[in-house]
Amino acid sequence: MIRRPKPERFRLRRTMMFMNAQKPGLIKDAYIYGCDSIMLDLEDAVAENQKDAARFSLYHALTTIDYGDTEVIVRINGLDTPHWQEDIRVCVAGGADGIRIAKCESAKDVQIVEAAVEAAEREFGVEVGRTLLMAALESPKGILHAYEICCASERMFGVAISGGDFRKCMQTKFQRDGIDMLVARGQMLLAARAAGVQCFDTVFTDLDDSEGFEAEVRQNKAMGFDGKSLINPKQIRPVHEIFAPTEKEVMQAEAMVRAFREAAAAGIGVFTVNGKMVDIAFIPGAERTLKLAKACGMYEGDLV
Amino acid sequence: MKNAVGREIPDELLVGGKEVYQGKGYMDGKYIQKASPRTRRCEKPQESKIVDSIAQALKDCGAKDGMTFSFHHHLRNGDFVVNMVMKAAIEELGLQDLTIAATSLGEAHDPIADYIEQGKVIGIQTSGIRGRMGDVVSHGKLKTPAIIRSHGGRPRAIEAGEVHIDIAFVAAPTSDCVGNCRGIGGKSNCGSLGYAMTDAKYADHVVVITDCLVDFPNMPASVEAIDVDAVVVVDSIGNPKKIASAAARISQNPRDLMMAENVAKVIACTPYFKEGFSFQTGVGGPSLAANLFLEKFMDERGIKMGWAIGGICGPMVELLKKGKVGKVIDVQDFDLDAVNSINQTPGHYEMSASQYANPANKGAFVNKLDFVVLAALEIDTGFNVNVLTGSDGVLRGAPGGHPDTAAGSKCCIIVTPLVRGRMATVCEHVVTVTTPGDCVDVLVTDYGIAVNPLRPDLIKCLDDAGIPHVTIESLKEKAYSIVGRPDPVQFEERVVAVLEARDGTILDVVRQIKPYTFED
Amino acid sequence: MQIEKNAAAGTLESSDALVTVEPAEAGIELEISSSVMNQYGRQIRATVLDTLARLGVTDGKVTVVDKGALDCTLKARVECAVFRSCGKSDAGIPWGGVIR
Repeated sequence: MIRRPKPERFRLRRTMMFMNAQKPGLIKDAYIYGCDSIMLDLEDAVAENQKDAARFSLYHALTTIDYGDTEVIVRINGLDTPHWQEDIRVCVAGGADGIRIAKCESAKDVQIVEAAVEAAEREFGVEVGRTLLMAALESPKGILHAYEICCASERMFGVAISGGDFRKCMQTKFQRDGIDMLVARGQMLLAARAAGVQCFDTVFTDLDDSEGFEAEVRQNKAMGFDGKSLINPKQIRPVHEIFAPTEKEVMQAEAMVRAFREAAAAGIGVFTVNGKMVDIAFIPGAERTLKLAKACGMYEGDLV
Repeated sequence: MKNAVGREIPDELLVGGKEVYQGKGYMDGKYIQKASPRTRRCEKPQESKIVDSIAQALKDCGAKDGMTFSFHHHLRNGDFVVNMVMKAAIEELGLQDLTIAATSLGEAHDPIADYIEQGKVIGIQTSGIRGRMGDVVSHGKLKTPAIIRSHGGRPRAIEAGEVHIDIAFVAAPTSDCVGNCRGIGGKSNCGSLGYAMTDAKYADHVVVITDCLVDFPNMPASVEAIDVDAVVVVDSIGNPKKIASAAARISQNPRDLMMAENVAKVIACTPYFKEGFSFQTGVGGPSLAANLFLEKFMDERGIKMGWAIGGICGPMVELLKKGKVGKVIDVQDFDLDAVNSINQTPGHYEMSASQYANPANKGAFVNKLDFVVLAALEIDTGFNVNVLTGSDGVLRGAPGGHPDTAAGSKCCIIVTPLVRGRMATVCEHVVTVTTPGDCVDVLVTDYGIAVNPLRPDLIKCLDDAGIPHVTIESLKEKAYSIVGRPDPVQFEERVVAVLEARDGTILDVVRQIKPYTFED
Repeated sequence: MQIEKNAAAGTLESSDALVTVEPAEAGIELEISSSVMNQYGRQIRATVLDTLARLGVTDGKVTVVDKGALDCTLKARVECAVFRSCGKSDAGIPWGGVIR
């Protein structure tokens, strides 16, 4: 049986690829495409009368397939369905890294899931607190409550907007410039950053429109998203390329982190890079850039 | 006797100078005596060679029991001609003990399986065998072992007299009344007629079968009237929908694309990737998609491809039209884009199977090839490839030009997913060796790349370019860790097919399959 | 567990298996067809029988139409079919117990 290492609450999550947990041919090796996280779906991708079968498949996939460094998250069914409790039991028993709460609208939703997760962790002898949570915001109410949702649990690592349902609620449709979701994306980003958790954008469904997809990913990056949900492996590479830092950014970040470490080792509080004084507040950002650069194969040093 | 790829070849097959496979290039420099056909003189002027029926043509050519009839496979799975001719020979003329020597056979020829079961057809010589024919041969219904040869091995065997063709039947999309044939211009267009050319030159008799009679002279002719005895006009020689697909599309399958990109990366890191390089690729998903990524690397380096060969389809024609490849030399066409381009687009030429791949002539195109990208049903840790037998041991594939291009090229890349369903593509021992491992240089899978240890120079190229690679053993272990270690397929003793290496030595044999039982 | 009524799980898609269970009285009657029979027939049979044994199923007619499923998929299909036959597939599954 595969025992996955303890999940990291904050890790690189540029790409989260959805996979139907009920399709053996798909889930057996979804990690080979190099996405940061796989999202095994028990919700929309699975027909109502196959929810039970999908759980059996999921359990054995989680316990037999070595996904390596790829994070494995499971999207469970909504709290308004009869499925979510058993979904949580199988996720925890199988050792999933995290659970994505569908249609989350309040801190209470998160807490309900958290209680069920904790109960399952005790039932299956899993370290309490191991299983991470993220929430999908799919309604205006969810967006308005984004901050309380982000702060609702120590297990929360991020929030994602789900465009399909959200646009329906807003009585709008997909717009190429993103105006349809501008406020919602902005509000969610504000909440996530204020709460110190990550923030992920919705899927882009037109697989033939690579130009439109890339434009949306560039906008995501510009707005400050950590990553994006994907529906096809061919979307992975463009996201990783667009989210990659420039060489100049990597060099600056490296210089900054190095100078900071040297200054700190020497007990000096103030330091300069290329003759300019550097504010310590920039260091976490520089470290993040280096981690990203490492994941993109652009940095091979040992500072991160 | 064990051969150079470790296969046990029964001694009773090693008669009349037949040897076991000794390794690449073993026959180099040896002399052969070419066999010449015994042909009829047509000294008096003939207005026309058209005869009423296939049966009549057979009679005119002296068809009798025990003869060998040859066919080409340019009509691919749309071919009607093999079945029409065999039906006329067996059901109208009552002939028996016949041998079919075809450049390839497929599901289109399922009815021939009945003639095999009835004992009317007793021999098969082909590159490919599939469908019901593969099944009956694998079940031991053919009287003599089928002989499987590569596209280059076939003209070699014909020239050497190892296959003597009594009557060659040339399915011709167009012909004139004396037998000048072309692959284009009619309703069953197939483009190149490259595989028919050697047959027409070495057969005692040649019968052209066409469904589109055109005015004399039908030029430029692929098969020339000087070699043709008779012309038969029929309603239809094939199903155009199955002859050439509408257009070979580059795969959108992300797994194929990922592998294709790695193939292109490997190509681009070798010293052969330079201005004027030569290239061949298969039409399978990842092989064909390699074109796409290769073009990117060519643009980045500012280089062009000198020439490409092979079975040709649209994406290669596209490169030719864009001026990114100098010449395309074509033995067979797979889609309408290629069919419509051959001899039309400047730089797009036809060639014969011998020119393409024959190891016994003075230098086929494959010998000048820099890169070839090929698929595999299985590849083992000795880099031996199987493209003939399925995992159940049944004949259902074709070596085609695989062994020829692999042997001739400077860098042969096999691209295949590590597992297909529950089948490990990378395995300990392939069921049948169709391309020997000493001809295969690099394996690209969705789980990693492996380089043949016989090629330290290529290993260095990959290392220098920072392209990760692993041993083929580790890929095999990975495959088995996913699908489980397979039980060996069970065979009876009886040999049902002999796999000839391109040089005429024996590479492997296929034995009759044993019905599966759960008992150990 | 006892197979109480006819039930099935899985599909005939590539890499999957369709498993059908029916009540029967005298022992396990197992029928397997597979696209990879020659190389994996015995392993498929062993996996199915092991899974049934773990579930404590001693009687029943079990039919497996395998399309190249991996062992983990075969197990999942057998388990789901058995739990469905008892009407117990929706909740309270003993994950990590007899399901492992």
